[in-house]
Amino acid sequence: MAYTRARRVLPGFGLSLGFTLAYLSLIVLIPLSAVFIKAAGAGWERFVETVTSPRVIASFELSFGASLLAAAINVVFGLMLAWGLVRYTFPGKKLVDALIDLPFALPTAVAGISLTAIYAKNGWLGQPLSLFGIEVAFKPLGVLVALVFIGLPFIVRTVQPILEDLDAEFEEAAASLGASRLQTFRRVVFPAIVPALLTGFALAFARAVGEYGSVIFIAGNIPLVSEITPLMIITKLEQYDYEGATAVASVMLIVSFILLLIINGLQAWTARRSGRSA
Amino acid sequence: MSIEVRNISKSFGAFKALDNITLDLPRGELIALLGPSGCGKTTLLRIIAGLEHADRGAVILSGQDASDKHVRERHVGFVFQHYALFRHMTVFENVAFGLRVKPRSERPPEKVIRERVHRLLELVQLDWLSDRFPSQLSGGQRQRIALARALAVEPQVLLLDEPFGALDAKVRKELRRWLRRLHDELHISSVFVTHDQEEALEVADRIVLMNKGRIEQIGSPREIYNEPATSFAYGFIGTVNEFRGRVEGSYVRVGNDLLPHGRTDLSDGSSVVAFARPHDTEIVKGEGGEGVAARVNRILTNGAITRVELLANGEAREGKKDYFEVEVTPDDLVALGLSTGERVRIKSKRLSLFGDQK
Repeated sequence: MAYTRARRVLPGFGLSLGFTLAYLSLIVLIPLSAVFIKAAGAGWERFVETVTSPRVIASFELSFGASLLAAAINVVFGLMLAWGLVRYTFPGKKLVDALIDLPFALPTAVAGISLTAIYAKNGWLGQPLSLFGIEVAFKPLGVLVALVFIGLPFIVRTVQPILEDLDAEFEEAAASLGASRLQTFRRVVFPAIVPALLTGFALAFARAVGEYGSVIFIAGNIPLVSEITPLMIITKLEQYDYEGATAVASVMLIVSFILLLIINGLQAWTARRSGRSA
Repeated sequence: MSIEVRNISKSFGAFKALDNITLDLPRGELIALLGPSGCGKTTLLRIIAGLEHADRGAVILSGQDASDKHVRERHVGFVFQHYALFRHMTVFENVAFGLRVKPRSERPPEKVIRERVHRLLELVQLDWLSDRFPSQLSGGQRQRIALARALAVEPQVLLLDEPFGALDAKVRKELRRWLRRLHDELHISSVFVTHDQEEALEVADRIVLMNKGRIEQIGSPREIYNEPATSFAYGFIGTVNEFRGRVEGSYVRVGNDLLPHGRTDLSDGSSVVAFARPHDTEIVKGEGGEGVAARVNRILTNGAITRVELLANGEAREGKKDYFEVEVTPDDLVALGLSTGERVRIKSKRLSLFGDQK
């Protein structure tokens, strides 16, 4: 495909490539590079000192850990939701389908406040849970709950069209060849939806890492316990510590970028293995 | 394996897909379920396979009632119209699938799987494609791989749903011949669904002709073609000239014309529909006398037989003009000296009459 000078059927390759690069630079690359330039302003030692301080390290652990875990939880349950929506018809299906998108549409602060109200010790769910000694609000668990909430639609909406496209004929074919339900799922259905699941995972993860509004209410923001990285950045900004804030942000950017790159790589690998882009 | 179908009925909502079907399919034959779309043939095939369940009735495979058995346990090979090859597996893995999912105790060792898959791929003459993915194959190749996959588990019976439906005419003809040869080699009881009468006549040992959820006729291709049992069978199989009218003595009155029928068991005034094959129909010159009036529309010479297309004289029925077709030998054509636009009459010595239900 690459740079052959052969005549193309579709015109405007140069123009569209140029536009893509220029637009991406303007919207994404230039603002992001400003982060690194600003962070570099304070010098290497300040930088290292800032990003290795215990509070910042703890926030990295919480942010990335909870985001990965939340995305993983959403992969499992989002897949089940998508499956139910695609494979069965039931009264109110359209309504349920519309509800899935609600975490997209809801202002994140509203989500945060309502989650806090429900999971606080005197809340609808917090009260019964506290009887079992489980505390959600103002704990890392609360962060996880909020991230699961906002990440759900990403999985459902990426997997749903693929499942719809996956004809029941494939399952029938597997059954007629003697495969059990579990074998059919593991060998026929699952491999077909892995790329979509990975995409959904990447999107849910990326959203979770950057999430601020819904988390800060339920997290309680206790230093070393339930402070997320975006909050650390805001805190530093409020103290006019621009270098510190951009230093934390640049580490966050690099780690996110590497993780997303890995997920994309995985996706390309599964696609190659299944002959989709061979 | 023999297949017996006993009093099968199946409805989808208010639509009756199958209405009390009973059918005996002896072992080792290649059988065609033939009928127009919506006649229930695919539903019947899916019920035999266990992919669909009948509202009433039983499916008996090799003398055993299989009605409650899952498709997994029926040992049938099913080939889907759109192949249903697993897209993420190579051709080899697709064919090996049925062997790999066997319970550990029955699963053959890897070496045996390898050998068997390659033997099957050789059988369908596609061994050289074993590392490809289905998306890299042509339609005809996919269909053959789907067949090899179904055969891998050594099914008792092979069921094929419109196996050539999605292929172009040339590949279709090749695959037809190939399927027939394969069946002659393997002698596995096979049932295939088709709406293409030519396909059924050419490939099958026996044809089950279906219409509106019922069986119209069962017989060899020769019987089905030469001795259609019902007016539907007559109309569906082959080209046919159709005349509707009322019995008047030894004639059928079609509009203003009189068509001699040569039967004695018909009561005067009853509504009938009469059929004659193009090669059993003759053209009589001149406008008077017996026979149905028509006008020569086109004369198509194609090889040894000339087809004469005629336009019915009567006014258009249900908005469309009636056409007739007559096949004449070159000698007769010379003797007749027909020209386009000429007014003639047509009749037949081998007219088949059925009571008209309409």
